[in-house]
Amino acid sequence: MKRSFAASLAMAMALFALPALAEPVKVVATFTILGDMVRQIGGDEVAVTTLVGPDGDAHVYEPTPADARALGAAKLVVVNGLGMEGWIDRLVKASGYKGPVTVTSTGVKPIAGEEEHDEAGHEGHDHGHDHGAHDPHAWQSVANARIYADNILKGLVAAAPDKAATLRANHAAFKAKLDAVESEIKAALKPIPRKDRKIVTSHDAFGYYGKAYGVTFLAPVGMSTESEAAAGDIAKLIRQIKAEKIKAVFVENIADPRLLEQITRETGARIGGRVYSDALSAADGPAATYVDMMRHNLAQFTKALAPAS
Amino acid sequence: MTLYDFAAAPFVEFGFMRRALAACLALSLGCGPVGVLLVLRRMSLMGDAMSHAVLPGAAIGFLAAGLSLWAMSIGGFLAGLAVALLAGLVSRVTALREDASFAAFYLISLAGGVLIVSLRGSNVDLMHVLFGTILAVDDAGLLLVAGIATVTLLTLALLYRPLVVECFDPGFLRAVGGTGGRLGALCHLVFLVLVVLNLVGGFQALGTLMAVGLMMLPAASARFWAEGIATLALTAMALAFASGIGGLLLSFHLNLPSGPSIVLVAGAGYLLSLALGPVGSLRTRWFPGRHLEA
Repeated sequence: MKRSFAASLAMAMALFALPALAEPVKVVATFTILGDMVRQIGGDEVAVTTLVGPDGDAHVYEPTPADARALGAAKLVVVNGLGMEGWIDRLVKASGYKGPVTVTSTGVKPIAGEEEHDEAGHEGHDHGHDHGAHDPHAWQSVANARIYADNILKGLVAAAPDKAATLRANHAAFKAKLDAVESEIKAALKPIPRKDRKIVTSHDAFGYYGKAYGVTFLAPVGMSTESEAAAGDIAKLIRQIKAEKIKAVFVENIADPRLLEQITRETGARIGGRVYSDALSAADGPAATYVDMMRHNLAQFTKALAPAS
Repeated sequence: MTLYDFAAAPFVEFGFMRRALAACLALSLGCGPVGVLLVLRRMSLMGDAMSHAVLPGAAIGFLAAGLSLWAMSIGGFLAGLAVALLAGLVSRVTALREDASFAAFYLISLAGGVLIVSLRGSNVDLMHVLFGTILAVDDAGLLLVAGIATVTLLTLALLYRPLVVECFDPGFLRAVGGTGGRLGALCHLVFLVLVVLNLVGGFQALGTLMAVGLMMLPAASARFWAEGIATLALTAMALAFASGIGGLLLSFHLNLPSGPSIVLVAGAGYLLSLALGPVGSLRTRWFPGRHLEA
């Protein structure tokens, strides 16, 4: 009895002492996908603040004073680059942050933004802003995620050289997870013939995914705005799906599920579930980490593309 | 583009256009006569107020049961009816006129609805749902709209005479007293139920604001074409259905949102009737003898 009390006392003391012993490095990541990667590699050695939260849109984010405060206290800022976070430069300047900024997409071979969308006659942009020349959603290819991981490791090691060993071990573990999910993606798509891998989606974020894994993503014709649906637009979408023999439609602009039902009824295409492209879900959602997101999206894509049984 | 390509091909090629057309027809059958009675009762603006009053009920229905047609319709119906009854009660019991109490209750109801919508967090989804689109009408929606039209027409046939008396002179049946007074109150109540029912049906298909458009604009236009109540109602139905067809074709060929297109066609019909209709229009007022000369 006495001994166990002493033991628990010691344990409690150890618990209290722990934070003081290993002060985590404060890192600010711009959005959830980067935040998760930093957490995977940094582990307990870092405390990550993510500016744009789960399900948030990092493209059109309005930074708050609290963000500037988080930035001021940070030892490292992790951003995506490629024009993803147009607001980050101003925020860094405003917060007075002088430390290093890790641009995770450094070394990624960028693909031109909106290329496929233009082909399909896509007008305007869903987010109401301009990405510039490049598609910033490079993390949608796992190969690029490896580059992201390397860049984050470099940044973290520079910020906390004394923890380099732990960071490298975490980094290796994370990369193993990436390898696993990438082979899962390739294996799952393999049985689906290349010509059948056609998905109509209003997401403009799957350019790298499509290139890496041989999936054609087409923009829905005419569905460029979130306003009320016009009969002509719906008709064009139905004609497009029929003409291109598209199997799956992932359209979030059409928020009314009844409208989607109409389209499936007339075309036989399947309506996909929710996929995550720019932001992770909340911790209890289906895409709480980067790897979970890739797995969840894969499951949605394959479910919609699978030949009818 | 041939006439066939313009007017028939969209409906032949696409099932969703046919459904929208059927929904328009059902809505016209119900909303036409109800709108005419509203115009006659000088309660034209009440339709607008009621359509706002439906919002919180539909919102609560959505929050409780998700995107369930029935939950939202029943919620909207109850909320609309509650506002109508409360307003009627206040105007009968207190010194406040009916229009003022309607305004008060629908504003409370509307604010409550917006509040409930915002509580959901992502209000975009709900707004899409609340401002439904006729292009998305499914089987259940069609049944609902058709059912409401049927109930409306049957009820009107059954209560035609007292309803008309009530409309022209709300004080008459009350003044008669006894069963007449009770009949008047009953008619008024039934009429309010019909208004709310049709608005709920229209809101389901067209969205809250647009539903009133299909109810009031053809009814107002019909005033310039006909005089008897039955002919007024028939004219209003025909005009509403014509607006539905015209709006759908406009929406199809010019890529315009369907709800506003339909209501704007109805609005154009109103302006034309106002200018050219044979009964009490601008033409007959300004050039009274012309049709006799010709």
